[in-house]
Amino acid sequence: MATRAPSAGKRSNSGAKREAQYPAGLTRGQLLELYYWMRLTRTLEERLVALYRQTKVVGGLFRSLGQEADAVGSAFALRREDVLSPLIRNLGSMLVKGATPAEILRQYMAKGDSPTRGRELNIHFGDTERGFIGQISPLGDMVPVMAGVTLSFKMRGQTRVGLVYVGDGATSTGAFHEGINLAAVQRCPLVVVIENNGYAYSTPTRKQTLANHFVDKAIGYGVPGEQADGNDVIATYEVTKRAVDRARRGEGVSIVELITYRRKGHAEHDNQSYVPAGEIERWAAENDPIDRYSARLQKEFRFEQSELAVLDDRVRREVDEATDEAERSAPPVPLDALVGVYASPAMEQPLWFRSGKRSAVETNERAEGWGTFTSSNGSTKDGSVAGESD
Amino acid sequence: MAEITYLEAIREALIEEMERDDQVFCLGEDIAMYGGAFKATEGLVQRFGEQRVIDTPISEVGIVGAAAGAAHMGMRPIVEMQFIDFIANAYDMLTNYVATARYRAMLPCPMVVRGPSGGYVRGGPFHSQNPEAGFIHTPGLKVVYPATAEDAKGLLKSAIRDDDCVLFFEHKYLYRRIKGTMPAGDHVVPLGKARLAREGKDLSIITYAATVWKALEAAEQLEREDGLSVEVVDLRSLSPLDDDTIFATAKKTNRVLVVHEDTRTGGIAGEITARINESCFAWLDAPVLRVTAHDVPLPYAPQLEDFVLPQTADIVTAARALAAY
Repeated sequence: MATRAPSAGKRSNSGAKREAQYPAGLTRGQLLELYYWMRLTRTLEERLVALYRQTKVVGGLFRSLGQEADAVGSAFALRREDVLSPLIRNLGSMLVKGATPAEILRQYMAKGDSPTRGRELNIHFGDTERGFIGQISPLGDMVPVMAGVTLSFKMRGQTRVGLVYVGDGATSTGAFHEGINLAAVQRCPLVVVIENNGYAYSTPTRKQTLANHFVDKAIGYGVPGEQADGNDVIATYEVTKRAVDRARRGEGVSIVELITYRRKGHAEHDNQSYVPAGEIERWAAENDPIDRYSARLQKEFRFEQSELAVLDDRVRREVDEATDEAERSAPPVPLDALVGVYASPAMEQPLWFRSGKRSAVETNERAEGWGTFTSSNGSTKDGSVAGESD
Repeated sequence: MAEITYLEAIREALIEEMERDDQVFCLGEDIAMYGGAFKATEGLVQRFGEQRVIDTPISEVGIVGAAAGAAHMGMRPIVEMQFIDFIANAYDMLTNYVATARYRAMLPCPMVVRGPSGGYVRGGPFHSQNPEAGFIHTPGLKVVYPATAEDAKGLLKSAIRDDDCVLFFEHKYLYRRIKGTMPAGDHVVPLGKARLAREGKDLSIITYAATVWKALEAAEQLEREDGLSVEVVDLRSLSPLDDDTIFATAKKTNRVLVVHEDTRTGGIAGEITARINESCFAWLDAPVLRVTAHDVPLPYAPQLEDFVLPQTADIVTAARALAAY
């Protein structure tokens, strides 16, 4: 039910009798899938660190180390047709929704064939077909946007659900408030996941709010709120699933607070000097989401270590292949910078002091439609391009 | 056909587009049961229902963001700002999110943000603004500001059909003062094309919105009292700008006055002047002059507002200086 599964998850040979012992209605295959997505998230980010140190990552690098369970478990509660809006520490949720490691790597390496063709950084990209919408840097802004996405589901009588991630920091923005409130009064099928990872850049939660729990804010909006251990992937899945089911039944907005911990800095450059001594080490030793889940799979659900090792190997191989693929990609052609500001005209003209260059449209195939819908009644767009040349 | 007001022309455009395309819907504050602060959307909820004419909380960030999200999914939302002054609240959403969406993420944002703009109405600092310049400066947005009832209807229909976000400024002084006869059929005015409001040969006034009417008044006075033949260009679209029409009038009369109700510094008159300078320098017989509002917040008292905003007499004064240069 949740997205395209890796083949690892499909080879379940457990009988129906045994399924009953697994939590949250999950199958044996799905339990392995959850492990796969978390491991893929971590290994892919570790690869990005290596590429960053080789200066192959052009911009900053954002880790979700220690938060893999909350991103993966929550996204796993969605169906394929549902739409989510990730934040910077939700790489795992995008992978669950179908983003590929090669796309992530190309994006970080600013390649010409990256999902945004070199316009945007890191995991700032989306695909409405696969059901994830690219975030922007101003925090909280995706809440109103997802209110609108889910408003369209409601208006069209679809049973699709939207999920938007915000961090503890974004809850302080006006956009967060306006978006939830609007979605709530419009009964939009929206789940707002607040990832409380302790820090917004260097600002600890106690300087972000005086509320004891972020989930307490739900009362003010007249919507249900639930809190869960964000480092427990199954608890994360269950709490999100309940909110998703409510939304799908037409019961509107829910807030879910996931308690987790950001073990790395805001970005790779951040030395975390503001974190009390021992805090990071304690979370790493006692509350790593992958270690916890791996132990539970083996002790409680009787998975073999070798089954998990197979997935670890597969992830490593996939990340290796994706790295090779991404490294082969070329950087963007400079004039491509002028394409696609508007549907029409298709490109801006180079300024006179840059004349003599061939147009970007001539040298690059324009992405189909460049994200343009034509409405049902067929408003047309002018596809003609005035190619500059001299 | 009977004449209708600028305001009625806007309502007619909304109704026709909502009937033409069921993906078009309206959202804003007090627009449904109340029909909007200026009654632009009066009767729409009765006609199209609460699903398509949505009363929202007071949340400019929320409704502009929601419009963008719905637009990504293929809907065509029309957001009403109760007064365009409040678009400042949504500046982040419009400039950071909406304007960049197609470019950075290939996410289309076919949406319109419309609302009552402009002064001469004793509205004071927060009900009289002309905030268009900040958005003209933002790649990814289109900006329209009609002066006539015909253009109000035809441009709004084009804006709704456009595949990108169009900010549609409506001049509230013109809402019930200006009337026009709508052309029959599907009356659409293309974005990005200026209109020659009056032909002339001695000097050109380039302007838009309410000051088009002041420029026309000034042109008549100048013809009567000075024997000057004044051309008046109504820009209609501020982004994209119609360079062809601007350059043609500059090359024809060789003397250009740019007039706008917006404040002077950073106003679009500076941009127009720069473009004429770059492209028509050899044709000019005089420097391009500006008549604009003074660089102050717009005050309430009639004596103050009238002093701050450009008046017909100011245009006459500037045109005479230009003609004598």
